[in-house]
Amino acid sequence: MKEIRIHGRGGQGVVTAAELLAIAAHADGKYAQAIPSFGSERMGAPVQAFVRISEEKILMRTHVYNPDFLIVQDATLIGAYDIFSGLKDGGYVLINSEKKPEEIKIEGNRFRVATVPATRIALEILQRPIPNTILIGAFAGLTGVVTLEGVKESIRHRFSGEIARKNEEAAEYAYKLVKGGQ
Amino acid sequence: MDQVRKTVVLEGSRGVAEAVRLCRPNVIAAYPITPQTHIVENLSQMVADGLLKAENIRVESEHSAASAVLGASAAGARAYTATTSQGFLLMLEVLYNMAGLRLPVVLTAVNRGISAPLTIHNDIQDSLAARDTGFVQLYAEDNQEALDMHIQAFKIAEDHRVLLPVLIGMDGFILTHSFEPVSLPTQEEVDEFLPPYKPVFYLTPKAPLTMGTKTDPEFYTEARYMLHKAQQNARQVIVEVAQEFKEKFGRFSGDLIDTYLTEDAEIIFVSMGSLVSNLRAIAQELRQEGKKVGVLKIRAFRPFPFEEIVRAISGAKIVIVMEKDISLGATGVLAQEIRAAFYGKANVPRLSGFVVGLGGRDVTRETVLKGLRLAQESDHLCTFLDLNPELLEEV
Repeated sequence: MKEIRIHGRGGQGVVTAAELLAIAAHADGKYAQAIPSFGSERMGAPVQAFVRISEEKILMRTHVYNPDFLIVQDATLIGAYDIFSGLKDGGYVLINSEKKPEEIKIEGNRFRVATVPATRIALEILQRPIPNTILIGAFAGLTGVVTLEGVKESIRHRFSGEIARKNEEAAEYAYKLVKGGQ
Repeated sequence: MDQVRKTVVLEGSRGVAEAVRLCRPNVIAAYPITPQTHIVENLSQMVADGLLKAENIRVESEHSAASAVLGASAAGARAYTATTSQGFLLMLEVLYNMAGLRLPVVLTAVNRGISAPLTIHNDIQDSLAARDTGFVQLYAEDNQEALDMHIQAFKIAEDHRVLLPVLIGMDGFILTHSFEPVSLPTQEEVDEFLPPYKPVFYLTPKAPLTMGTKTDPEFYTEARYMLHKAQQNARQVIVEVAQEFKEKFGRFSGDLIDTYLTEDAEIIFVSMGSLVSNLRAIAQELRQEGKKVGVLKIRAFRPFPFEEIVRAISGAKIVIVMEKDISLGATGVLAQEIRAAFYGKANVPRLSGFVVGLGGRDVTRETVLKGLRLAQESDHLCTFLDLNPELLEEV
């Protein structure tokens, strides 16, 4: 079972990101579960969501305490909150940032860090600062836990028309970017 | 992979709304703002979009929502409502009437904690307050079961041996707001399983009658006895409906109870709702370590399955009740009932009761393992796990 924790702020589509990842994994033929963090939602407040992906039916319904992967939708959370709590040694961290991975200060050097300028890509392609589909595209490219096809299917499932098309384009752009294709 | 292909990833609330839609309710009434869930939001959208032909009544409070579905059911309609937490408590007075009038309303009680202190998060203290209303109470473990349980609930409620309202407890957030794959039955399948509601008595100008008249002492006890008897009848009906559902849809998640790895278990966890799912996962892990651990799910809380429970767990050495509620001044509600089930029986296992997960506190693997350790050391009448001593200082 792969466990993913997504950190962001209210309004950045953190819960939707978790939902999309679960649908993408499901489209790939896997069992999946997405659990939003449970709070009174407010714009700008720190938000978490959790995803489990498995070949077997998923029984555990707790929050994710020892993730294999972290997706950080807002780099300003680093240092302000202990977002790396419980992340497995060698675990992946995907951060929405203009910086290079080596410029991100994380204690211990225990994790594999990747960055993608998701907000910039979102503003360019979607004309809105919602980085979630881009990060999921990048996540697919970096980890292979979900496929690009699965991601695109999840976007079509969740959105329609021009919004779906643009988000698919953005996800694919990020996928290719981390694969070194662009 | 094939199993996964037949499913669709839905939010728990949406799955329930789809199930309710497939049951073709004639009337839905709900108070649309806090505390409420996406269930009635989805249903009102379905009505607005013409996907569900039902009267959707927006009311000014949960008391009114309950009263509206009571009236609709009395007029012979299939009626549905959903609420949670304080909203549920506001319905309480009407719930007694619904059961007393033998009206087969189905109600989703999204389980959340109650005030004070104010919380929006999950536990099951709200619906357990309706313990003695006469409602049949069923608790769902996962989103598929919640979905399936609604289809079963109308059939149980409307069975002429029962004719009682049915409450479905569904953990707030943990189930209602989480996404997981579920299998949605077709309309044709549900229509075959659940025929239209045929009331025995209903309010119509064509054949006037009165419901809910004042009774004097020569009638009241008999009416309450018959209500109790209807609850007893519901035992058999819940089992039959679960079996029929299994034959029709190929899914079975228990009837009055469900057992998991209990046959040879020395230690058995007992719980209700989504916590059962976590306990299954933990039991699997402990089995791999060679520990004989099993899980008993209480699926029907009313009628309470005394005999089934004794049969399922009397072979264990230690029974551990984990519950997200507390009868203040007594013990956990479920632990009381389990103890009552064993009174006068032979081979009574040791029993510990733990209160966990109140007001949304996550019940982690560590919480459960701590309970296991404590229960092995000594018996606990009612112990709160995971208390933070820093917060307990008296003024």
